Amino acid sequence: MRLEDAPPRRRITLTVDDREVTVAEGSTLLDALKQLAVDTPTLCWAENLTPVNVCRVCVVELEGARTLVPSCSRKAEAGMKIRTDSERVRTSRRTVLELLASTVDTSAAASLQAFSARYGADPQRYGAQGAPHGPRDAARPGHHAVTSGAEAEGVAQPVKVDNDLYVRDYAKCILCFKCVEACGTDAQATFAIAVAGRGFEARISTEFDVALPESACVYCGNCVGVCPTGALMFTQEHSLRAEGQWRPEAQHETDTVCPYCGVGCVLRLHVQDDTIVKVSSPVESTVTHGNLCVKGRFGFGHVVKLRRNKREAVG
Amino acid sequence: MVLWGSNAREAHPIFFHHVLKAIRRGAKLVVVDPRRTASAAWADTWLSVKIGADIALANAMAHTLIAEGLYDKAFVEAACEGFEALKAHLAGYSPEAMAPVCGVDAETIRQVARRYAQADRAMICWTLGITEHHNAVDNVLSLINLGLLTGHVGRWGSGLNPLRGQNNVQGGGDMGALPHKLPGFQDVEDPVVRARYEALWGASIPAKKGMTLTEMFEAMGVGALKGLYVLGENPAQSEADGGHAQARLKKLDFMVVQDIVFTKTAEMADVVLPARAAWCESEGTVTNSERRVQRVRRALTGPEGARDDLEILGALAARLGHPLGPLTAEALWDEMRTHSPMHHGMSYARLEAEGGLQWPCPDDAHPGTPFLHGRLWERPLRSPRARLSITHDAPPVEALTPEYPWRLTTGRRLDAYNTGVQTGPLRSPLWRETTVDMHPDDAAGAGFADRTPVTVRSRRGAVVAPVRYDPSLPRGVVFMTFHDPDAVDTNTLTIDVTDPRSGTAEFKAAAVAIAALSHSDAAE
Amino acid sequence: MDLRPLRDAPSPEERDAIDAALGAPAAPPTPLALGAAEALRPQLLSALHAAQSRVGWVSRGALGYIAERLHMPPAEAYGVASFYALFSLTPRAERVAHVCDDVACKARGADALAAALEAALGPAGESTQGIGWHRSPCLGLCDRAPGVLVQCAGATPLEAALGEARPDVVLEALRRREVPAEPPTVIHQPREGLRLLQRVGVADPTQLDAYRAHGGFLALRRALTLGPAAVVRELSDSKLAGRGGAAFPTARKWQAVAAQPARPHYVVCNADESEPGTFKDRVLLEDDPFAVIEAVAIAAFAVGAEEGIVYLRAEYPRAYTRLTEAIAQCEARGYLGDNVLGRGVRLRVRVARGAGAYICGEETALLNSLEGKRGEPRSKPPFPVEVGYLGKPTAMNNVETLVAVLEILREGGEAFARRGTPQSTGTKLFCLSGHIARPGVYEVPFGTKLSALVALAGGVTAGRRVGAVLLGGAAGVFIGPDELDLALSLEDARAAGATLGSGVVMVLDDTTPLLPYLRRMAAFFRDESCGQCVPCRVGTVRVEELLSRVARKKPLDSWAAETERLEALAQTMCDASICGLGQTATSALSSALARFEILPKDEPSP
Ligand SMILES: Cc1cc2nc3c(=O)[nH]c(=O)nc-3n(C[C@H](O)[C@H](O)[C@H](O)COP(=O)(O)O)c2cc1C
Ligand code: SF4
Ligand code: SF4
Ligand code: SF4
Ligand code: FES
Ligand code: FES
Repeated sequence: MRLEDAPPRRRITLTVDDREVTVAEGSTLLDALKQLAVDTPTLCWAENLTPVNVCRVCVVELEGARTLVPSCSRKAEAGMKIRTDSERVRTSRRTVLELLASTVDTSAAASLQAFSARYGADPQRYGAQGAPHGPRDAARPGHHAVTSGAEAEGVAQPVKVDNDLYVRDYAKCILCFKCVEACGTDAQATFAIAVAGRGFEARISTEFDVALPESACVYCGNCVGVCPTGALMFTQEHSLRAEGQWRPEAQHETDTVCPYCGVGCVLRLHVQDDTIVKVSSPVESTVTHGNLCVKGRFGFGHVVKLRRNKREAVG
Repeated sequence: MVLWGSNAREAHPIFFHHVLKAIRRGAKLVVVDPRRTASAAWADTWLSVKIGADIALANAMAHTLIAEGLYDKAFVEAACEGFEALKAHLAGYSPEAMAPVCGVDAETIRQVARRYAQADRAMICWTLGITEHHNAVDNVLSLINLGLLTGHVGRWGSGLNPLRGQNNVQGGGDMGALPHKLPGFQDVEDPVVRARYEALWGASIPAKKGMTLTEMFEAMGVGALKGLYVLGENPAQSEADGGHAQARLKKLDFMVVQDIVFTKTAEMADVVLPARAAWCESEGTVTNSERRVQRVRRALTGPEGARDDLEILGALAARLGHPLGPLTAEALWDEMRTHSPMHHGMSYARLEAEGGLQWPCPDDAHPGTPFLHGRLWERPLRSPRARLSITHDAPPVEALTPEYPWRLTTGRRLDAYNTGVQTGPLRSPLWRETTVDMHPDDAAGAGFADRTPVTVRSRRGAVVAPVRYDPSLPRGVVFMTFHDPDAVDTNTLTIDVTDPRSGTAEFKAAAVAIAALSHSDAAE
Repeated sequence: MDLRPLRDAPSPEERDAIDAALGAPAAPPTPLALGAAEALRPQLLSALHAAQSRVGWVSRGALGYIAERLHMPPAEAYGVASFYALFSLTPRAERVAHVCDDVACKARGADALAAALEAALGPAGESTQGIGWHRSPCLGLCDRAPGVLVQCAGATPLEAALGEARPDVVLEALRRREVPAEPPTVIHQPREGLRLLQRVGVADPTQLDAYRAHGGFLALRRALTLGPAAVVRELSDSKLAGRGGAAFPTARKWQAVAAQPARPHYVVCNADESEPGTFKDRVLLEDDPFAVIEAVAIAAFAVGAEEGIVYLRAEYPRAYTRLTEAIAQCEARGYLGDNVLGRGVRLRVRVARGAGAYICGEETALLNSLEGKRGEPRSKPPFPVEVGYLGKPTAMNNVETLVAVLEILREGGEAFARRGTPQSTGTKLFCLSGHIARPGVYEVPFGTKLSALVALAGGVTAGRRVGAVLLGGAAGVFIGPDELDLALSLEDARAAGATLGSGVVMVLDDTTPLLPYLRRMAAFFRDESCGQCVPCRVGTVRVEELLSRVARKKPLDSWAAETERLEALAQTMCDASICGLGQTATSALSSALARFEILPKDEPSP
């Protein structure tokens, strides 16, 4: 009934922390870890994106390998022996988290904070966070100013507010590549943003850092949907946070269906004080895989507002 | 994959994500559209068919399939009927004969026909580009012919798909919101079915099918229809030849409008019933283009005074002397699916657990049906054969004349939707005012610089909007959107000739004249 | 693809230069399907070079036009262009000197040169009347340190290297758009016994016949006669290990590619040579270009490829000219083409240029760069032998590795294996630089003692003694004066916790403090990290900061804590970085810390 030509996949067995696990060939180590309910931190991985394995927070120890391997992308092979909680693994995970925390503003990065707590990462390990040397969007590859080392150079910079729908606060960006994938090859194929620059000066950017309205952006918000740090944030959430009115504990989520076209995207409405404060879509949805278009993503608040206005006008 | 008359990249963006995935895996995309749309930009092959010449093109492809022996003979023999008649009919539709009619050269027609036939799996999807014509049904039937001839139906990854323009067009049909159907597409004129529902509802059901929207408007026009109850529609602005439609609505003795916002139509109503938004203030289900029934849920209380559609209808029934008792969406749904075989297996519990189900889903264990017409592959065939249809090329009703020399076609843009009732307030940074899009050479030839305001006039009305140069358009064609009727009411131009069978209007092909703005226009 | 173009128009000069690189445009431009659009991408770097060398930078108009011509999103084109140090996306002086201030040049006056240029032209990066200068990592001119690369944009652009650069010569060259001719390479060791260097300084590198007269193309003939399988067998007998740094057995690599069912296969010659202190490949490329081409052709033949690509770092303009001219001669004479030597074999070789990125020497980053992408290493597995250039099986080798193949075919694998040590066969090129009397390339059999090699190069300058030797490059290790007895073989180096890497032997005398060199290397890794993975992208910055604190003698807390910090960083960078850059970025530092007193000691608390 389903994919008639999908050949049955071979099963392979490997060992994780002395426990055997059998997975379908082609599965990643992370799939195997999930099957065993081994809770593994991930930042750059997402179910609906191709693994880019850049954050390195998911690394595990593979017997016989010179280095640790990223569980999110490494394919499971028969007979592999994996350790997920060795001293080496813990050191790397902790250091990676400390390095990130020393660089970016993690205040809206809930998962990163949780992992840091779990691995005892000290965000101050490399000193207080300092400002970057010069505007990051003008950085030249292969050149930098040597600093005194008194502070840990960070990526602080002004928030980019250039449209009504979402803001970009790259001071929070951990360069996980997710937004680029969502905007590009993995979902939207609009390619409004890319990774620019190199090394520590690598950053997410439009061409020549033009404002979004001048770029190819179509405001589907799928980049915002995958961003794990709050670097990309819907304007509504951003303003509510700024006013101290963003209260996740007072929010509920309801899944419904987009009222616009016939694709029937599942919308997850995030509601606070009887108002929609954000719209997402569950990655499990076979219709959306977590993605939406501008209408489904942003077509709501305005409806709500309009109705209020009209009613006021009429009543 | 063939997108025929569909700019899914902008009109069905998330569906197009799936197309893009397939393209990345090596699928080939053919787009048939007069405009080089954003979707066409992703295609290996773009066929710039002339407006209204879809049947000519489809039939020429069918001709090729038969002439070159590319059709699936075994399938046609076993599961189709009408082949000989079709073959004879298509004799006059050779690619050479049709090339000048449809504007695609004969060799390209052949090549696309070959590639379509030879693909392991192939799908044709269409939207309003096919259906918003006076001969919409024939357009669709000619595409179905292609699917049947090649056996690209009833199998995983193959098929014929209308992409629904609105979130519950399909669901409305499923539920019997059609003049001739009861829930689950059961025929209202079938006494057995009707008797079952009459017993269930304890009321009698008219034995004859009702009127289509177009028929209703005609009936209003001649005074045969005097009262109208409008639920969630804005016909004053969404109908072709808008001015005419409004005049007809004005003739009514009585009109009730039930809607979530105060529409133009509501302004004309005698009674307005404020409703809650179905998608976020009510419980229920909708059905998308892939026949997937999904739950909609109430997330918001809704504005004060607005009531759930069900509540309104229940209260109305009570006032009319038919108290229905307390109504819940789930109870109604359960009643519906008890009597609609194709919905039997779709309990709310399953819809929620399984992320929706695709009908038919006849029982609780049934996984739903990802594609239809698999029955045509049963051997021996245990169900009726599929019919190959005879369709005739017919040019748009409104021919171009020296007085009205431009072909106007309309369409949708990514960030806007229909008449803008809902998206109107969404001023995304993509928002553009309504423009009169023309090929730069055409526009320059007519003496219009980019951005010059012009008057576009059809036999029915006139609007004013600036010209926008758009090299993606074919020569002789003018493109306008209809999203911002309060500023530019494009539908005053479009023609109200409808397909007698489906009732859809020919939004896609009006004849218009374009002139530089005169002072009197500007004064308006 | 439905792309939104950049609105800015290129200048006529830019347009012409780009059209010259990409061919005349087909008018009118219409969108392309994904596959067709992606097939254009590999031309991106050459188009960017064209624009940059015409007007001195890549303007919005130029980038927009290139993106339009190549049917790529402008944001991606910008992402790629902004990755490479030699492309400037802001107006830049039309004439610039890239001044190497890397380790080997630092040992020979680079800092003074930079100071003089700063005095004359203002700070690095600025433009005075269209003239400017920049600091640069190693330019592969360490034998003639300090090295400078001069670039003058214009209708007839000038790109030339300048060795033993003096400030007045550099300024004069910039003003007059003219660089004094580079002297020919000098081999400082006795010629007998030279194999890889046998033609260097002897045969005219610009003449195919001179190459033939010195044994050229015999190996290709032999290979065509033997057939691919036998060529790989010879290679296997020779036990040749790669000379690019990782010392992987070449026969296994070729065998793996030859066995892949996917087609086409490709051969890539890694001529990106950017490891600080390395210049041996440049010598081969400039002084024996036909040998490199012959070797690439043999590799292609052996692995079932029809196309070989030499990926050359853009800082080697002379090698570029020599190679392209040599390829043209080979094609004209039937050594390359559709019917090589009349044997019905099709082999083509072309040269692709990098644009200033050390990381593009890493094989998978190189492949991305060849494909017109950012030079970010890919995740391995899959390895390039399976999924390489354009996703096809690819054999990639270092220049020296390939040239060694010629020797193997000439004398036979077994004969080759008799030289060197049992596990490190053949001869090896070493790049001697720094405080050494006769810097240059030296060819010695594996197993030669380091002390002997230093002696061969005339010992330490000015009669001083060895203070430290950087072995293997920035990604290598520092060893002390007591370890000069080391035998230079893969196995001995491994046993000593060292590496031969790319053959760097940079000598520092006993009066030279190490810390400035360690800081320069830390800065190098920070600059050259591609920026993909966290341990390397941020780790290289934190290491540099830590060394700044060492230089200022101001720990964040205590030196004990700094040591711990450094250890955690080093371990994580080694363990969790994606590629060799991050994994080895602390290698030289750690080796120095272990051997020399670099970190201050905490005062015992009162
Ligand atoms: C950061 C980095 C830089 C490298 N640079 C070079 C280089 O410039 N030239 C080179 O031949 N190999 C370089 N390599 C090694 C290549 O990845 C690859 O191993 C080599 O080209 C294989 O050729 P071989 O087997 O002939 O040595 C580098 C590796 C790394 C990790
Ligand atoms: S903006 Fe968000 S999604 Fe994009 S790279 Fe930064 S952290 Fe990741
Ligand atoms: S989110 Fe966009 S594609 Fe999805 S149903 Fe809504 S309008 Fe259609
Ligand atoms: S280790 Fe460094 S150079 Fe290598 S992939 Fe990671 S960031 Fe890039
Ligand atoms: S989650 Fe695996 S590397 Fe980021
Ligand atoms: S050229 Fe300066 S260090 Fe190599």
